[in-house]
Amino acid sequence: MIEVVPSEGGVVPAAVEVGLVVNGEARRLVVEPRVTLLDALRERLGLTGAKKGCDHGECGACTVLVDDRRIYSCTTLAVMQEGRRVTTVEGLGTPESPHPVQAAFVEHDGMQCGMCTPGQVVSAVALIAEGHAGSEDEIREWMSGNLCRCAAYPGIVAAVRAAAGGAS
Amino acid sequence: MDFLRPNTFAEALALKAEQPDAVPIAGGTDVMVELNFDHRRPPALLDLTRIAELREWSAVDGKLRVGSGVPYARIIEQLGGQLPGLAMASRTVGSPQIRNRGTVGGNLGAASPAGDTHPVLLAGDAVIEAASARGTRMIPAAEFYLGVKRNALEPDELIAAVHLNAAPGPEQFAKVGTRNAMVIAVCSFAIALHPAEKRVGAAVGSAAPTPRHATAAEEFLAGELDWDAPKPLLDSVKRRFGELVAEAASPIDDVRGSAAYRKHALAVLARRTLGWAWQDHLGKETRECA
Ligand SMILES: Cc1cc2nc3c(=O)[nH]c(=O)nc-3n(C[C@H](O)[C@H](O)[C@H](O)COP(=O)(O)OP(=O)(O)OC[C@H]3O[C@@H](n4cnc5c(N)ncnc54)[C@H](O)[C@@H]3O)c2cc1C
Ligand code: FES
Ligand code: FES
Repeated sequence: MIEVVPSEGGVVPAAVEVGLVVNGEARRLVVEPRVTLLDALRERLGLTGAKKGCDHGECGACTVLVDDRRIYSCTTLAVMQEGRRVTTVEGLGTPESPHPVQAAFVEHDGMQCGMCTPGQVVSAVALIAEGHAGSEDEIREWMSGNLCRCAAYPGIVAAVRAAAGGAS
Repeated sequence: MDFLRPNTFAEALALKAEQPDAVPIAGGTDVMVELNFDHRRPPALLDLTRIAELREWSAVDGKLRVGSGVPYARIIEQLGGQLPGLAMASRTVGSPQIRNRGTVGGNLGAASPAGDTHPVLLAGDAVIEAASARGTRMIPAAEFYLGVKRNALEPDELIAAVHLNAAPGPEQFAKVGTRNAMVIAVCSFAIALHPAEKRVGAAVGSAAPTPRHATAAEEFLAGELDWDAPKPLLDSVKRRFGELVAEAASPIDDVRGSAAYRKHALAVLARRTLGWAWQDHLGKETRECA
């Protein structure tokens, strides 16, 4: 039996109902408190864009936006996001109508195997919104939370620069 | 595992008093690593992220109170002018994603000898506001760090905020790591000049079981600096300062670096940051005289 939790503060029992706005859509799910946001997205909501590279905040493959700020979804709990807006790579664009950052990654070969790419793309969207795409050095510094085992870094930097409006 | 989610700090303190073994979680960037890898199975988690008052900071007459839950990204964006040392250290923490979540309260709660904010908090004479259902007490940073990952909090206490004066003079922070981003410090150093009091704050991180003041270096430098008629520093003063800073450390050999390397690097960091800070002070004096 699933116990439903009162929305006011207090003790939360074994399974918890959480309301999130995921990619613009209100979703409710029931999770154990120890389920990470990443696992909730991938295993409960079927959004497998965010990847589990390391599960401890080192690689960036799980990067999503929460209330427009980029975070690692592996180092936060789903229950801690009650009422928040979560954006994953699926929420940015579609194959038919990609987000400008997604299009730039394709055009500039910003990937090889693609494992890190959803995290890179989401991180890049945030980086551009933060105003940190002023130069290649700045982009490299502000993309430092996203590793790429294939070392597609030159393509990634070129893509971010292009998506941010080129040589600004 | 129970999950406690108070909406106010008073509720959080009541819950912590009832269940002292509940583990607080703020940004989660330390706690989640332990949970995901099953290094820790706490009977309960106490979620602090719904408590608005912990995410606020205020400044009254040059005295800042920074809520324990203010993430690094906001310290960098909003407090760089008033707390330059803390903002500098914050800029070196992890990555943008970590800085959007990680907090000074979490750095203090974890009390890792390598935590980047600790040397800055020591050098700037920070005071930690610890609260419990029993009341509030103010703990000077120098008395807060007790051992490797051990701090002065009682089991029923939570960190409410950190108190610091708006920097009265130049501040610097520097750390050595294997690359420029996403590194835990091999060693770190912070300096704060207090020109009005003719005093120096200097502290080392990641170079002893706890972050600590370099007291002999502080006293030496305060006596050597010509505060009233500032002039360029003698190399011999910088060198001696570096030596004394290195002597304050009692580092270990570990995967990140040897003890001897750490001492050497600390002396270099100390000389360099002193050079920058004094230059900054000289610049201010000339501007004020012009
Ligand atoms: C990839 C990665 C890179 C990192 N890089 C750095 C780095 O460069 N420099 C650095 O210093 N750290 C680094 N860290 C460690 C971590 O990000 C910092 O220590 C951060 O400040 C922790 O803050 P938090 O809010 O996320 O803490 P949490 O994980 O929420 O908590 C940390 C500890 O503090 C306790 N706690 C939290 N808030 C309170 C409170 N208000 N009262 C009492 N106890 C409390 C928790 O119970 C826990 O024991 C890194 C971590 C990761 C995963
Ligand atoms: S899976 Fe989250 S940072 Fe690697
Ligand atoms: S493209 Fe393979 S890990 Fe980045």
